[in-house]
Amino acid sequence: MAKYLEMIRIRFLMMLAYRTNYYSGILIYSINIGAYYFLWSAIYGDKPSIQHLSIVQMTTYIAVSWMARAFYFNNIDREIALEIKEGKVAIEMIRPYNYLSMKMMQGLGEGVFRILFFSVPGMVIVYFIFPIQFTSHPATWLYFLVSIILSFIINTQINLLTGIATFFLFNNDGLIRAKRVVIDLFSGLILPISFFPGWAQSIMGYLPFQGISYIPSMIFTEGFQGSEVIHGLMNQALWCLVLFIPIQVLWTTAKRQLIVQGG
Amino acid sequence: MSYLSIFFQYAGQYLKTRLTYRADMLVEIFSDLLFQAVNLIFILVVFGHTSLLKGWSKDEMVFIYGFFLVPFAVFGAFFNIWDFTDRYIVKGEMDRILTRPIHSLFQIILERMELESLFGGVTGLAIMYYAGNNLGLSLHWYDPFIFLVLVAGGALVYAGIFVTLASIGFWSDSRTDIMPMMYNIGNYGRYPVDIYNRIIRYVLTWILPFAFVGVYPAAYFLGREEWYHYAFITPLIGVIFFAISVFLWNIGVTKYRGAGN
Repeated sequence: MAKYLEMIRIRFLMMLAYRTNYYSGILIYSINIGAYYFLWSAIYGDKPSIQHLSIVQMTTYIAVSWMARAFYFNNIDREIALEIKEGKVAIEMIRPYNYLSMKMMQGLGEGVFRILFFSVPGMVIVYFIFPIQFTSHPATWLYFLVSIILSFIINTQINLLTGIATFFLFNNDGLIRAKRVVIDLFSGLILPISFFPGWAQSIMGYLPFQGISYIPSMIFTEGFQGSEVIHGLMNQALWCLVLFIPIQVLWTTAKRQLIVQGG
Repeated sequence: MSYLSIFFQYAGQYLKTRLTYRADMLVEIFSDLLFQAVNLIFILVVFGHTSLLKGWSKDEMVFIYGFFLVPFAVFGAFFNIWDFTDRYIVKGEMDRILTRPIHSLFQIILERMELESLFGGVTGLAIMYYAGNNLGLSLHWYDPFIFLVLVAGGALVYAGIFVTLASIGFWSDSRTDIMPMMYNIGNYGRYPVDIYNRIIRYVLTWILPFAFVGVYPAAYFLGREEWYHYAFITPLIGVIFFAISVFLWNIGVTKYRGAGN
């Protein structure tokens, strides 16, 4: 356990060394939030609410979605792909730790860094620019915290899966790009799942993606009420457990047929 | 050797290398398509909840997005200079470029070509055809020519902005995230500018004129006469911004000191 904690710390310190890159990142996220804010303002026009979300809730939803993205987003799929391509993964495999857990910890180190140095200041900035409401219920904050931790786990598991796929595809850039696009749409980052037509919603109900962005953002904006919150968290927890299965299966298969390129 | 024949030789070589790895190319085109589909789905889903957006109908919005894809695809195919500073200045590649008797910017355009981006233009045409059909738009015989001129103008606007940003690299090779930032600002041009507030509208028209890649030229084909004067200055804006960027580039090249010692 100690070595995994150490890995989180090292990643955190690595990010700290390059922290200036993050200030421009906050600006980029603010630009994105701004674009969607104006778009949604125009869409709402003079409607008081759409799908039980008011315009203030919608703006909050967008802001929180983007800022939470900074926490769960990581490039470990790319890193794994690169390590497999360069043959470094063979070295990783003989080291005394579980490679995939270690990757997850690196992602967590990045996530913790970004939430402190990116999301929190970013949220303060957008709070002053756009009409955003923070809830005063401590319970909501607590649920949200649990929810983004679960969302980090789900997203990272999907990243591990795409990373491991490199073993079978050799060149994985296309899949990684496609996955990113799909997640932006199906996770509810660019628009809440409840806005989709009914048939699309029911399909998405069977997919893990809404646990990445939609559920935590709905909890934060209090678009989910009462039992819906618990349902959302249960859905996320369930997917966390379910996703372990394909990861394990793919990983054991991959280890058996490892071809180190150039080795 | 004229510039044109050099261009075709490069393009020929490029296609050979790409066709060697066909699967890669198909996956890349597919993920581009996916990306364009996501933006389209966004527009379609949004209009499930509203019929008009500041006076723009769903099909008009879709048409504008379709139009935007065409100049953007042209830009994406020929102006991959988002990593210019890292690739050419920090690594000293510019030394190699400058020893050859062709304009340096033109060489970089040739080297960094990505012709498969042009498929995005095909998607754009398909989207425009679909939306235009719904709107019952009719074409005059001269419209295709106007279309080409407006597309060229839009692509030059994009190129001008990004070449200007790349030129900054000649003065300072420190890492900035200004390029990705500009890509995100460019997305504002996909929607009608009158949904934004006055300041942003002004910026998108005269300072970072992304509106000339989407809504202004598209307004001509949609027959929205109140925007015509903007639509028709599209090529002019494109040429002006591109000329300024080449001018800055040329000054920048004289400031280039080379890597190493």
